[in-house]
Amino acid sequence: MKILIVGGGMGGTILANNLARRLAPELRAGKVQLAMLSASDKHMYQPGLLYLALGRMTPDELYRDQASLLEPGIDFQVDPVETFELDQNRVKTKSGKTHGYDILVVATGSRPVPEMIPGLAENAETFYTEATALKMFKRLQAFQGGRVVIAVGVPHKCPMAPLEIIFMLHDYFKDRGIRDKVQLHYTYPVGRVHTLENVAKWAAPEMDRLGITYETLFNMKQVDGANKVVKSEEGSEAKYDLLITIPAHKGMEVIETNKLGAGGFIPTNKTQLTMEGRKNVYVIGDTTNIPISKAGSTVHYQAETLGENIAAIVKLGAPVREHDGKVFCFIEVGKDRATYAQFNYTTPPDPKPPTKAVHWFKMAYNKLYWTTARGLL
Amino acid sequence: MSERTIIDARGSFCPGPLMELIARLKFAQVGEEFEVLSTDKGSASDIPEWLNKVGHQLIDTREEGGVWHIALKKMK
Repeated sequence: MKILIVGGGMGGTILANNLARRLAPELRAGKVQLAMLSASDKHMYQPGLLYLALGRMTPDELYRDQASLLEPGIDFQVDPVETFELDQNRVKTKSGKTHGYDILVVATGSRPVPEMIPGLAENAETFYTEATALKMFKRLQAFQGGRVVIAVGVPHKCPMAPLEIIFMLHDYFKDRGIRDKVQLHYTYPVGRVHTLENVAKWAAPEMDRLGITYETLFNMKQVDGANKVVKSEEGSEAKYDLLITIPAHKGMEVIETNKLGAGGFIPTNKTQLTMEGRKNVYVIGDTTNIPISKAGSTVHYQAETLGENIAAIVKLGAPVREHDGKVFCFIEVGKDRATYAQFNYTTPPDPKPPTKAVHWFKMAYNKLYWTTARGLL
Repeated sequence: MSERTIIDARGSFCPGPLMELIARLKFAQVGEEFEVLSTDKGSASDIPEWLNKVGHQLIDTREEGGVWHIALKKMK
């Protein structure tokens, strides 16, 4: 049996290592082949980009060689897929190779697309790529005072990022001794300061306490860079001196060009993790259309469920469990305190007040992540 | 009645039904109809409020067995 994983990010890597361990005897015996195709030989720890923009991590800390993270038995090739021929159970890559499969897993992730909003890419800072995070770091260092506006696109990965950045900016400017010269203004697309009700209930009074103003039901429509104004679909506008955006995202271009899903998001069964209409194609991570957080922890737990199920298909002939939609997200609330939100399809989150202990847990996890990537933690 | 795309946001806490709808509308054509399914009773007021504010058409809302059905059309 040939298992092919397309995508070497968090989901693909955790899944590949999970399967390599579960199916070690079958791999050794040649009964199963496990391959991974990725566009990059490097693996990035994406949550680190937030810290990079604030000068708290350096670029080298974000990366490991992908091959160094993979268990023996995984045929890893840096050769991105260009064509999906699902009816023929095969994909074609940039180098011209054709890879057949019995089971395909698509874990290609998502990408920020600030260009979807006129004026946004050229007038706003963001921290969703290494290059833009470094640019934002320099811009923040040079900023001496004025109005900072956060504007959030939909959908986006890392749902906690809007809150994290506003609270971390409060401490950043306070540490620089210029918080009294900075007005922090937070905008958000739905009718409260965060889509998670219990998180919003805690966050709004915290913003009031810290002197952070906010406007909800604010979906970016365009940015007027000449006049430094961001305008919303809802008819309001916010003036800024420094605009920081969590941009809208799409799935990877290859998903769109192969017409696998609108916006690059593939229709996916939320408990089976199968592509709708396909029994041997699975989808995990940001590229699904499941109404769930686009986050590392989401795909971490999806990969664990799927690893167990694919191994069961090999060994027992059928999957053994349904996915429960578990998500666990840290929420940094400034430079030295954090909390977390844990939930699934049936149980909402109930975040506790932030503590230093949870912040240090997050700091430790920034390093421990690599053991998660290796399928160990 | 035009064919409606179902957005099954039952059990979705994050991003939640309204944010899920906002995302889907981005990639939809004007005139497309959707029906959001939600187990969050707040959706019955949040979604119509937002549709009205932005200028999309609310077709109807109803509740069946603890699930709210909110039908709408993208107008721009």
